[in-house]
Amino acid sequence: MRSFQTSNAPHMPQQISVAKVMLQVLLALVPGILAYTWYFGPGILVQILLATVFALLIEALFLRMRGRPLKPFIDDYSAVVTAVLFALCVPPLAPWWISLVGMLFAIGFAKHLYGGLGQNVFNPAMVGYVVVLISFPQAMTAWLPPVTLAEHSIGILDSLQVIFTGQVPIAGSWDAITQATPLDTLKTGIDSGRMISEIRQSPLFGDFGGLGWEWIANWFALGGIFLLYKRVISWQVPAAIIGSVILLSLPLWLADPDSSPFPLQHVFSGALVLAAFFIATDPVSGCVSPRGRLVFGAGVAVITLVIRRWGGYPDGVAFAVLLMNMAAPLIDRYTRPRIYGEKPDGRDKKNE
Amino acid sequence: MTDVSLKKIFTDGAWQQNTGLVVLLGLCPLLAVTSTVVNGLALGLATMATLILSNLSVSLLRGLLKPEIRIPAFVLIIASVVTVIELLMHAFFYDLYRVLGIFIPLIVTNCAIIGRAEAFASRNRPLASVVDGFATGLGFCITLVLLGAIREFAGRGTLLAGADMLLGDWASSLTLSIIPDYSGFLLAMLAPGAFFGLALLIAARNAWAAKADSRPQNPAFEQVQNKS
Repeated sequence: MRSFQTSNAPHMPQQISVAKVMLQVLLALVPGILAYTWYFGPGILVQILLATVFALLIEALFLRMRGRPLKPFIDDYSAVVTAVLFALCVPPLAPWWISLVGMLFAIGFAKHLYGGLGQNVFNPAMVGYVVVLISFPQAMTAWLPPVTLAEHSIGILDSLQVIFTGQVPIAGSWDAITQATPLDTLKTGIDSGRMISEIRQSPLFGDFGGLGWEWIANWFALGGIFLLYKRVISWQVPAAIIGSVILLSLPLWLADPDSSPFPLQHVFSGALVLAAFFIATDPVSGCVSPRGRLVFGAGVAVITLVIRRWGGYPDGVAFAVLLMNMAAPLIDRYTRPRIYGEKPDGRDKKNE
Repeated sequence: MTDVSLKKIFTDGAWQQNTGLVVLLGLCPLLAVTSTVVNGLALGLATMATLILSNLSVSLLRGLLKPEIRIPAFVLIIASVVTVIELLMHAFFYDLYRVLGIFIPLIVTNCAIIGRAEAFASRNRPLASVVDGFATGLGFCITLVLLGAIREFAGRGTLLAGADMLLGDWASSLTLSIIPDYSGFLLAMLAPGAFFGLALLIAARNAWAAKADSRPQNPAFEQVQNKS
């Protein structure tokens, strides 16, 4: 007679696997990606596809070199998430080898050389992005203006041609199709002594951040709220990042509105919303304890603002995330939740 | 102390105890100047010359030095040798002197040199000490050149750029452009490239040594294994 089979405790209501979490993250990214395509043309889709293919190839290569089985690792979608996040950071018309180099450093160096998923100290997607950002400054400037402002619309075939051959399709030059990002415009404008109200006259700016960009940020935030609802991410990191950015930039703006952007402009510019919900919430390279996550998010916000204001790059979210990744173990150490019965100062009286 | 064969001293210094790849001493110049092959070679040769001369001097003076003051004496000897080499480079390789800059006087602080003086030259005969200095310097120099080659190739797509600074004007034709129209990989030329390159070299050496001996080379690892 067969006995009634039960699994051991804990009796989880549902199975949570890496693949399931990663799929939910990918699903949450879809609205933002669609909005990106709507505002900036289909180049981003090519970048996502390219990065995904390279990511899977490099993942397979490194798994093989490490003597690990392909099966449970390659189809957990973690490499795909890294690839998509990376592709969202690079310009839509970046040459194809940008993805190759970025994925080599993201998957190969930042992930597998540290021991694979779960062991990586740094966020792989951001490592890949920072490597290409530092190494290929020129190729990383191929940003497009929003479709509504573009003189020439870049279709899917044009995008493919630019990405794979480097040839600009329309008679003219790179300058005819590419455009400085709003944050870049802001930075060069402030550096050349203009006032923000003056710089914002440019049609590149929308109500808060850049035209188009602010809506993409909204759609990413929607995806982020879906992840919060599904409890894939915790509220502390996004709340700390966005809250700290607003809190910290408010006094600067009140003191000097001519050279400091108003808080919501900071929030809706660049990669801040994407980073707050999808990048800084990486469960592996971020903090674990709830208070630690608040500190982590606040740190990301501070470093981002400092780089935007005084640094050499227009946006600093990627650097901020990597720097805070380094600090995460220390933060976790000091924000460890008190175990029930433990003395508030953290010392265990019994063992002394 | 003199029964160790010179061959053993040589392989120990150049390979088994390679300064850059195994004992990890002198990493500051190793990481800082290896942006090209020529820079690495120049600093490697300067360090090798310093090692040979300081080892020889320390070995000759080892009977006279009281143990209490040996470290200051080593430092004085090394500093004099480095000063001589710096003045020589200033006189004969001025371009290179300018490129390497502060890292020539900083050879004094290379732990590998005082380490060899303390661990080897102060306890061995002059000949053995010279061989040890040469081997250690050669190992360090090869590491520098390899790291310089990796970084120059990845970063600029060339090899031996600026060889004329070291060898005279005829050597400018030695520069190899491996990849023409290379747009450059800036990271390899910057500090992170040095760390990545060194890490890859150490990994390659460990893999090679492990394959050759079919046992791990890292002494710490071996200890752990023996304990378990």
